[in-house]
Amino acid sequence: MQFGLTDEQKMIIETTRSFVETELYPHEAEVERSGHLRLDLIRDLQAKAIAAGLYAANMPEEVGGAGLDTLSWLLYERELGRANYALHWTCVARPSNILLAGTPEQREKYLFPCIRGEKWDCLAMTEPGAGSDLRGMTASARRDGGDWVLNGTKHFISHADLADFAIVFMASGEEDTPRGKKKRITAFFVDKGTPGFTVRDGYRNVSHRGYTNAVLDFDNCRLPDSAVLGEAHKGFEVANTWLGATRLQVAATCLGRADRALGHAISYAAERRQFGQQIGKFQGVSFKLADMAMELKAAELLTWEAAWKFDQGTVTEADMSMAKLKATEVLAMVADEAIQIHGGMGLMDDLPLERIWRDARVERIWEGTSEIQRHIISRELLRAVGG
Amino acid sequence: MKVLVPVKRVIDYNVKVRVKADGSGVDLANVKMSMNPFDEIAVEEAIRLKEKGVASEIIVVSIGVKQAQETLRTALAMGADRAILIEASSDVHQDIEPLAVAKLLAGVVKAEEPGLVLTGKQAIDNDMNATGQMLSALLGWAQATYASELAVEGDSATVTREVDGGLQTIKVKLPAVITVDLRLNEPRYASLPNIMKAKKKPLEEKTAADYGVDVTPRLTVIKTTEPAGRKAGIKVASVDELIAKLKDEAGVI
Ligand SMILES: Cc1cc2nc3c(=O)[nH]c(=O)nc-3n(C[C@H](O)[C@H](O)[C@H](O)COP(=O)(O)OP(=O)(O)OC[C@H]3O[C@@H](n4cnc5c(N)ncnc54)[C@H](O)[C@@H]3O)c2cc1C
Repeated sequence: MQFGLTDEQKMIIETTRSFVETELYPHEAEVERSGHLRLDLIRDLQAKAIAAGLYAANMPEEVGGAGLDTLSWLLYERELGRANYALHWTCVARPSNILLAGTPEQREKYLFPCIRGEKWDCLAMTEPGAGSDLRGMTASARRDGGDWVLNGTKHFISHADLADFAIVFMASGEEDTPRGKKKRITAFFVDKGTPGFTVRDGYRNVSHRGYTNAVLDFDNCRLPDSAVLGEAHKGFEVANTWLGATRLQVAATCLGRADRALGHAISYAAERRQFGQQIGKFQGVSFKLADMAMELKAAELLTWEAAWKFDQGTVTEADMSMAKLKATEVLAMVADEAIQIHGGMGLMDDLPLERIWRDARVERIWEGTSEIQRHIISRELLRAVGG
Repeated sequence: MKVLVPVKRVIDYNVKVRVKADGSGVDLANVKMSMNPFDEIAVEEAIRLKEKGVASEIIVVSIGVKQAQETLRTALAMGADRAILIEASSDVHQDIEPLAVAKLLAGVVKAEEPGLVLTGKQAIDNDMNATGQMLSALLGWAQATYASELAVEGDSATVTREVDGGLQTIKVKLPAVITVDLRLNEPRYASLPNIMKAKKKPLEEKTAADYGVDVTPRLTVIKTTEPAGRKAGIKVASVDELIAKLKDEAGVI
């Protein structure tokens, strides 16, 4: 076993961290307080991120990305994850890996402009009636001549207001399987402005201020065959092939935020004095720090190991679910305890703790809820014995 | 024209330094190390010269412990073309003194024949400010120190130097050794794609013996002490009291 980082990985951490601290942190207060990320600020920071070679660094080298192995990519995600989500997600965008599944024409139209910072993508699966149970989706795509006609509604779709196009998953029929009927799913590229496709404002939510979500309506939206991503009726296969590591990406960004909260907690415990001494001298405080650091390390190890196995081709669904589950739950615990150590000051928005605490909440819900992750992990355990 | 840039691995400028218990120096065990900031500026300037078509190849060289490889990799990731590591010690606490460094660099210059050597004006660990000057003397080359502006034309370089109380502009014939100051440029980030590409750039490993240079220290450090902590101030009750104290106790008015 080898736990050391390579020189390259250390440099990736350093470059990304210094960008996050010097370019993103100064704008956090504005985004948090206004709940809005200005387009001129996005353009300004985006240009800097492109110049620094940080933009779309998740992509392979052949298409203009950094060509990182999975662990290196996640180290970069961890550093980005320290900052306000809207800032890092929008201004240092990581286009969805699923764009790599496109045809050469689709790559020209969608992938490359995203990598160059000229377009943004968004990914739409969830519906008001279908969340964890995605196969239960009712928004549909029906064949009509050589075209497809889309109908239905998607909600909770992140940054769809900003996006130039959506990658949309639609129920495209049913097939018979030994376990009964199963919905077939097809993925499509849908451009903004396509007749029958509208994007409405979504909900205001407690986590990630400035990071919007939207509702997508499809009303007889007609698309040509060339809009299909991957093969027709193989939407989930495409998603599984290309989106497998997004759980690890969520884990990594949570690790960064938890580390930031822990850093604040450690400094405060050493500075703040009550009853004539540093509060860190009270065991009630210092033992909290010990547990926070230990849990964070455990979450990191799960994530880095899954990343390493991902590149070896030996990663399992349970490995990735464990990493996501642990990192998101540790973030919640660390954020909560960091606030406790700060007392009232922890709740004030002068420090990033109150928002790290709010932001932690969504992480246990999106990319598969904690319950779904536990389901995936336990299913793998039980299947091995015929369960 | 080849440009040679020596880079030193030093304690990171953000680290709060601690003196070793025995007073023999600064504690470097498990401390974050980085490229000397002035050397970063020298690397950046070399890259800009290459982007302008003045430099054809940038060679970076580091002298010290094996871990200086990391510093070289950073320079390669910024945009240098190849690197030479001269392992001169296995002890992170041993500082290679300026004369030995200059002699080793002179050896590299003989082998590589660069048209220009760009160095930091000094390293932030020991503040010697001597290596560039010694190297120019050993080579018999022109020198320009404390560069805050640099323009290369034909076989000469125009250098603006930051001197006490102002700026001085001089012209030196190439080849030359130029040491760079803080305001020359702002070094770029090592971009992620370049970090990954740097892995494939050549890094040659040498030892001090390859150049026939003896790096045994000639100086003995007798004592290292932390700067005296600032004493707490006092509060005065009135302007009159302040003036009286400034007059009688501080003696400044
Ligand atoms: C801010 C935000 C942004 C989002 N962005 C996107 C996006 O860009 N694109 C997109 O497609 N989706 C997006 N989502 C949707 C997200 O992926 C879903 O919210 C998530 O999958 C859960 O679905 P749900 O909210 O409908 O909850 P439900 O699935 O209705 O779950 C309700 C509760 O039931 C539990 N539950 C459900 N099934 C089981 C089970 N089998 N066993 C045990 N417990 C179960 C859940 O764990 C949960 O506690 C976003 C969500 C949020 C909040």
